[in-house]
Amino acid sequence: MTTKTAKIDRLAELTARRETATGGSLWAEALRRLRSSKMAMIGGGIMAVFVIIAIVGPWIAPYDPTAQTWRGEVRVNAAVFVGPRGDNWLGLDHLGRDELSRMLVGARQTLLVGVVSTVLGLTIGALIGGVAGAALSFGGAAGRRLDTVLMRFIDMMLAMPSLLLAVSIAAVMGQSLTTVMIAVGVVQIPIFARLLRGSMLAQAGADYVLAARALGVRRRRIVLGHVLPNSLGPVIVQTTLALATAIIEAAALSYLGLGNPDASQPEWGVMLAQAQRFFDQAPMMAVYPALGIIITALGFTLLGEAMREALDPKLRS
Amino acid sequence: MLRLIVRRLLQLIPTLFGLTILLFLWINRLPGGPASALLGERATEADRRQIEAALGLDEPVWIQYGRWMERLFQLDLGTSVQTGQPVWEEFTQRFPATVELALTAILIAVVIGIPLGYFAARRRGSWLDVTAVSGSLIGVCIPVFFLAFLLRALFAVNLGWLPSVGRQSTGIDATEVTGFFVLDGLLTGEWDASWDAIEHLVLPGVALASIPLALIVRITRASVLEVLGEDYVRTAESKGLNQRVVRGRHVMRNALLPVVTTVGLATGSLLSGAVLTESVFAFGGIGSFIQTAIDGRDYPVLMGFILFIALTYVFINLLVDLAYSVIDPRVRVN
Amino acid sequence: MSLLSVDELAVTFGGRGMREVNAVSGVSFSVDEGQVVGLVGESGCGKSVTSLALMGLLPNKGVRVGGRAMFRTGRGETVDLLTLGRSALRDLRGTQLAMIFQDPLSSLNPVVPIGVQVTEILTRHRGLRGQAARKEAAHLLDRVGIPDPTRRLKEYPHQLSGGMRQRALIAMAVACAPRLLIADEPTTALDVTIQAQILELLKELVDDQGTALLMITHDLGVVAGMCDTVNVLYAGKVVEAAGRRPLFAAPAHPYAHGLLGSIPRLDAPRGERLNPIRGSINDTIAWQDGCAFAPRCDFYVDECLRGTPQLAALPRGADGHDVRCVNPVMTGPPETTTLLDKPTTPEETASGGDDDPDGGDGEGPAAGGGTDEDTGTGSGTEASA
Repeated sequence: MTTKTAKIDRLAELTARRETATGGSLWAEALRRLRSSKMAMIGGGIMAVFVIIAIVGPWIAPYDPTAQTWRGEVRVNAAVFVGPRGDNWLGLDHLGRDELSRMLVGARQTLLVGVVSTVLGLTIGALIGGVAGAALSFGGAAGRRLDTVLMRFIDMMLAMPSLLLAVSIAAVMGQSLTTVMIAVGVVQIPIFARLLRGSMLAQAGADYVLAARALGVRRRRIVLGHVLPNSLGPVIVQTTLALATAIIEAAALSYLGLGNPDASQPEWGVMLAQAQRFFDQAPMMAVYPALGIIITALGFTLLGEAMREALDPKLRS
Repeated sequence: MLRLIVRRLLQLIPTLFGLTILLFLWINRLPGGPASALLGERATEADRRQIEAALGLDEPVWIQYGRWMERLFQLDLGTSVQTGQPVWEEFTQRFPATVELALTAILIAVVIGIPLGYFAARRRGSWLDVTAVSGSLIGVCIPVFFLAFLLRALFAVNLGWLPSVGRQSTGIDATEVTGFFVLDGLLTGEWDASWDAIEHLVLPGVALASIPLALIVRITRASVLEVLGEDYVRTAESKGLNQRVVRGRHVMRNALLPVVTTVGLATGSLLSGAVLTESVFAFGGIGSFIQTAIDGRDYPVLMGFILFIALTYVFINLLVDLAYSVIDPRVRVN
Repeated sequence: MSLLSVDELAVTFGGRGMREVNAVSGVSFSVDEGQVVGLVGESGCGKSVTSLALMGLLPNKGVRVGGRAMFRTGRGETVDLLTLGRSALRDLRGTQLAMIFQDPLSSLNPVVPIGVQVTEILTRHRGLRGQAARKEAAHLLDRVGIPDPTRRLKEYPHQLSGGMRQRALIAMAVACAPRLLIADEPTTALDVTIQAQILELLKELVDDQGTALLMITHDLGVVAGMCDTVNVLYAGKVVEAAGRRPLFAAPAHPYAHGLLGSIPRLDAPRGERLNPIRGSINDTIAWQDGCAFAPRCDFYVDECLRGTPQLAALPRGADGHDVRCVNPVMTGPPETTTLLDKPTTPEETASGGDDDPDGGDGEGPAAGGGTDEDTGTGSGTEASA
C-alpha cells in the first residue's frame, strides 16, 4: 500500500511539473498579462506621475502662477521672456509668470478637463449604447425600433466631425472651461454608444446567453448580470484612450480661441495656444505645455493599447 | 451595384434630414443665436425684436425651417457676416485649396502608411516594427496645430527648405483654370507653377497627414498580422505559390478590408484637421476661413461648413461601402 | 527506399522569455510510394505540427525544428524537407507535396473566386494560363465530383457547401499529381454522410495517381477504412507503429489499447459502461522522466519512470510492429474492438481474417481483468464521493 502511495505521489509530482500556468478568469488573466506588458508599465507610470502632479502641483509650485515678475523696466507691447535660470527653472512666460509653476498648477486643470469630459461622454454614450444594445437584442420589435431611432441619432452625431461639433457647442455656449469640457465630452458620446452596443450585440449572440434564455433566466438578469459585464472590456479600453483624445482636443479648442479665457487658471492647452503666438521668439514656452500634453496623452494611449491587447481573446494562448 | 448605391442613398435621407433640423434649431434657437450675434451684448429688447422681425425670426419655427430648407436647396446658405459675400461663393472659391491639401494628406498617409504597416507586421519585433508602432502611438498624441508650428519653424523658417505660408509664391505667374494649382500647372504646361504649388503643399500636408498616417499604420499592421495567421494563407503557402501572389492576392486583399474603413474615416476627419493646419500656414482654404468665422461668430458660415462636412462624411461612407462590396464578395450577397 | 522517411523529427515552440513546449519530440516513421500511412492520436499529441513541419509551414520565429525528413523527389533526388531552402521548398509544394486541411471554409480565401484559387496553382507549377488554365480547373473540379464546374469556378467559398469546399481544396491539392499528399483531419469538420464520400474520393485519387497519402486523424474508423500502416502518437512521440491489421488485432501499447477499447460498441449489453481512458492529455510527464502516458496508464509499473522507453519491435509481434512500452499489452484487442470485424469496404471483407496472426484468440480474459480492476477503483471513488 505504501509503495502504491509513493508511486502516485511521484506521478503527481512529475505531472505537476508539466502543468501549464493556465486558469483564472478573463479579468485575472488580463491583469496578469497587463502586469507583464512593458507598454502598460510605461503608460501606467506616466499616468501615475501625471495624477500625482495634478494633485500636489499647486502645493509644490514655487511661485504664484499668476504673479508677474518683471525684468527691469516694463516695456510696452513687448513680451517678456526669460530663459531658464536658477530661480525659474523653466523661465518666465510672455507676461513674466513662472513657467514651472504654471505647468505644475496647470496639470490639475488639464486632468480635470480630460476626466470630466470623458466621464460625460462615457455616461451618456454608454447609456444610449446600452439601451440600444439591450433593446435590439432582447426587446422584440419595439426594441428594434428604439434601437433604430437611437442609432440614427448617433449616426447624425458621427456625421459631424468631432472638432466642428465641439466648435458649434462652444460657439453657442461661449468661452469657458465648462464649454470645453462639454464640447469634448459630447464628441465622445457616439463613440462610446456604438462601442457598447456593438459589444453587447456580440455578447447577446453568444451561446451562453442562448443557454441562459433556454433555462428561463429573466431578460433583465441576463442583460445586467451577463451581457453587460462581459461587454465592458472594450469600453474600459476606450475610456483610457478617450482621456488622451480629450486632452488633445481640449488643446485644439483652446487654440481656436474657445478655451478658458481666465488667465489666472493655467491649463496646458490654453498655455500652448497662447505661446503659439510667440513661437518664433520663444519656442520653449510652447514646447513645455506641448510636451506635457504629448507625454500625458501618450501615457493614456499606451495603457489603453496595452489593455486592449490584454483583453483580446484572440491573443490569449 | 446600382441598386446598392440607390439603397444606401435612400437610407441616408433620414439621417441628413435629422441633421438639418438639429443644425437649424441649434443655430437659430439657442441663446447667443444670430440676433445677438448681430447686435452685440448691449442690445435692448426692442432692438432685438426689430431685428428678429426683419430676419423673419418671429415666425413659427417650422415656417422658418421650411424657408431655410428651401433656400438650402437653392444653394443659398446665407451671407457671411464677416465678408458680406454669399457663403456659397466664399466656399466654392476656397474649396480647391482645401481639397488639394486634404488629398495631399491622404495620399501621404496611404502611400506611406500601408507599406509601413505591412512591413512592420511581416517583421514583427524588428526595429522597423518598433519604430512604426511607437511612431504611430506618438503621432496621434501630438496636437496637429503644434506639429504644424514645429514643421514650419524647422523646415521653413530655420532651414528655409520649403515655403512657410500660402499656396503660391509671389513671383509665380500662373494661369488659373480650375483653382487646383497643381492641376492648373499641369494643364497649362506651367511646370514651375505646379512644382511651386507642390512645395507649398508639403508641410501642411505632412502635418495634416500625421493622424491618418498613424491610424493607417496601426490598422494595417494589426490587420496583416491577423490575416497572416489565417488558414487560407497557409493553404496558399502549401500550394507553393510565389511570394508575390501569396502577399498580394491572399494577404493584402483580405488585410485591406479594415484599412479601407480607416482611410474613409480619416478622410472625413481631415477637413476639421484642415481648420487647424491651414491657419498655421495661412493656406487660404476653407480651414483658414472657418477659423476666422469661429472668432467672429459667423453663424451662416459655420452652419454651411457643418452641412458641407456632413455631406462629405456621408459621401465618403458611401464610397467605403462601395469599395467594400468590390473587395469583399460576402458583402455583395447580403 | 521509402518516399518519405522521417527520422527523430522534433519541434519546440517558445523562445526568448517564453516557456518552451515540445510539441513533437522525436517522431520517426516512413511512407512508401503509393502507401496510405496513418498518424493517429488525440488533439494536442503533435500530429498537425508534424504535418506542418514536413510542409515547411511552421512559423519562422519561436519554433525550432530538429531531426530529418528525407523525401525522394520525382527527379530521383533525395532532399531533407526540414533543411531545404525556401524557394526549393516552394517548388516542391503543390507539385510533389500537397496538403489538405481540416477546416475547408477557413482554408479557402474568402475574397477570391474558387476558379482563381484553382488556376493559380496550375499557372505556378504547370505554366497554364487563361483559357487553358480555366479549362483544366473545370476538369479538376469535375474530377473531384463538383457538379457544374464552369459555374462554380466563378463562385466564392461562402457560396459552396462544406463538402463542396473540401472537394475544391482536394482539387487544388491533386492538381499537379503530387507524390505525397498530407491530409490533416480532412473529414473532421464535415457531416458524417459527407465524410464517407470525401474519404472515398481521396482513396480513388490516390489509387489513380499512385500518390502516397499521409492521413492524420483522431478517428480510428478512418484509419481502419483507409490506412496500410498506422503510427500512434502520444505527447509528441510515436508510441506504436504497425500494419493496420496487427494494430487492430493486437494493440500492444496501453494507449493504443485504451484508444480501441474506448470505442462504444453497438452489440454491447444495455447499461454496460463505456471504457474511456482516464484523465486528459494534460496529465503527462516529460519523456525524459519516463513514459508520458504513465499517469493515465492501467498497466503502469515502476520501470515506466526509469527514463524514456524506446520504440522497439514487439516480442512475438507481427513484422514491423513496434511499440514504445516497457510493459506492453500482450493479450490481444480489447473486447470492444469491432472496427475491422465490420466490413468498411468491399475489399476489406475479401481480405478479412487471413493475414491476421493474433486475430482469433485475441479476446482473452486477461484484458477483461485489467479493465475490471480499473472499473473497480472507479466505482469505489464514486461511492465515497
